[in-house]
Amino acid sequence: MAWKIFLFILLTFVLIAGISFPIVENPKVWYQFPLIPGLKENAKIIFFHVPSAWLAVIGFLMSTIYSIKYLRKKNLDDDAKSYSAAQLGLIFCILATITGAVWAKFAWGSFWSWDPRQTSIFALLLIYGAWFALRSSIESEDKRATLSAVYSIIAFVTVPFFVFIMPRIMDGLHPGSADDKVTPGGGPIVDFRMNDSMLVIFFLSLIGFTILYYWMWKIGYKSLLYKEKLNKKLIRG
Amino acid sequence: MKPYALFKKDYHSELRTRYAINSLTMFIIVALSVILFSIGNEKVPQNLTGGLLWVVIFFSAMSGLSRAFVSEEERGTSLILHLIAAPTTIFNGKLLFNLILVFLMNIVITILYSALFEEFIIRNFLLFFLTFILSNIGLAIASTIIAAIISKAGAKGTLYPVLSFPILLPLILISVMLTSYSMIGASFADAKMGLAVLVSYDVIMLTVSYMLFDFIWKD
Repeated sequence: MAWKIFLFILLTFVLIAGISFPIVENPKVWYQFPLIPGLKENAKIIFFHVPSAWLAVIGFLMSTIYSIKYLRKKNLDDDAKSYSAAQLGLIFCILATITGAVWAKFAWGSFWSWDPRQTSIFALLLIYGAWFALRSSIESEDKRATLSAVYSIIAFVTVPFFVFIMPRIMDGLHPGSADDKVTPGGGPIVDFRMNDSMLVIFFLSLIGFTILYYWMWKIGYKSLLYKEKLNKKLIRG
Repeated sequence: MKPYALFKKDYHSELRTRYAINSLTMFIIVALSVILFSIGNEKVPQNLTGGLLWVVIFFSAMSGLSRAFVSEEERGTSLILHLIAAPTTIFNGKLLFNLILVFLMNIVITILYSALFEEFIIRNFLLFFLTFILSNIGLAIASTIIAAIISKAGAKGTLYPVLSFPILLPLILISVMLTSYSMIGASFADAKMGLAVLVSYDVIMLTVSYMLFDFIWKD
């Protein structure tokens, strides 16, 4: 219970800090954010957009890990865990896409411009979509679990191409693209033009959202397991 | 020797019905003529033709390559294959068949395409040749393993392009980029990175396919 209260306080702080702390040119007090050229007030999206993109990837990673576990042990509980991780991943993937697109309208002038990172989040959406389509097309439980596990592993090995390679060899608008003028030659996504307080709140937000994700995932797979048990009980009468 | 025997069996049954070859040829003609009709008398920008080539290649591959495993399930012969050969052998044989089919198909597409589109001029031919070979190998591997998954699922026809597209996306993006490089006549130093990505894609896909094919096949 204690960690739930901690999570509530953490996320409340992140929400308030992320939205209300002012952005000034020369920050003097700890609660002031520096002005990043080209981003201005728009920079605040980083506290909400980046965590949801991060969770979309984490959801996919967890789904793949439990897929590998399923293929090794053939335990259907692992399939339920993988399924619930992917469900949450899809939700956060949609959130990241929409928040990013709305933000891009104001910062870059159009909702969608096929920047390499936009391409990669789009590919992730497609993978999730294909994965759920595959699952819904198979009736038998074991077969469904095996085939979707295999597909999620095959899809997972293409992810490095989108996350690490494409953004560096193609031109783009995100920080860290091949033609970024501040960090030439491409750099990490979190470039350190933020000041300390901004970084701390950014990482607190990442941690808070990750714990939230873990909590939701646990509830999700438990409900799947209970549903399974109830079904079996109903069949036995 | 056994993968070759499996390939020969597929080859003979293909020659008997000519299902894949006929439908692929017709599909290529249909796809190309749709593009030609929609362009009409307009002048196409040069780098668009490079992208359109890969559109034709992708959809033609999606129309014909799932046959490798789906035909076995439809004829009910997959159980016999289970008995006579190890999973790796099956995969090798099917991969060989799909490789040859992809190469034949893409050679026909490229020849027709360069005859029909005047703007499609390759300036660095060797670069285009390398891109062509590497991406064909990748296309054949990825489509073979997805075809194996599809053959066990319901709704085979519609699911195939849906499952293949995210897997093939890195390959297609890099191939489009390299094709446009070879059309403007860029040097190898510029394209080095892209070629390396294609090679690593092929190697990764091949490894993953061999590791996972057992799980698809044995159930």
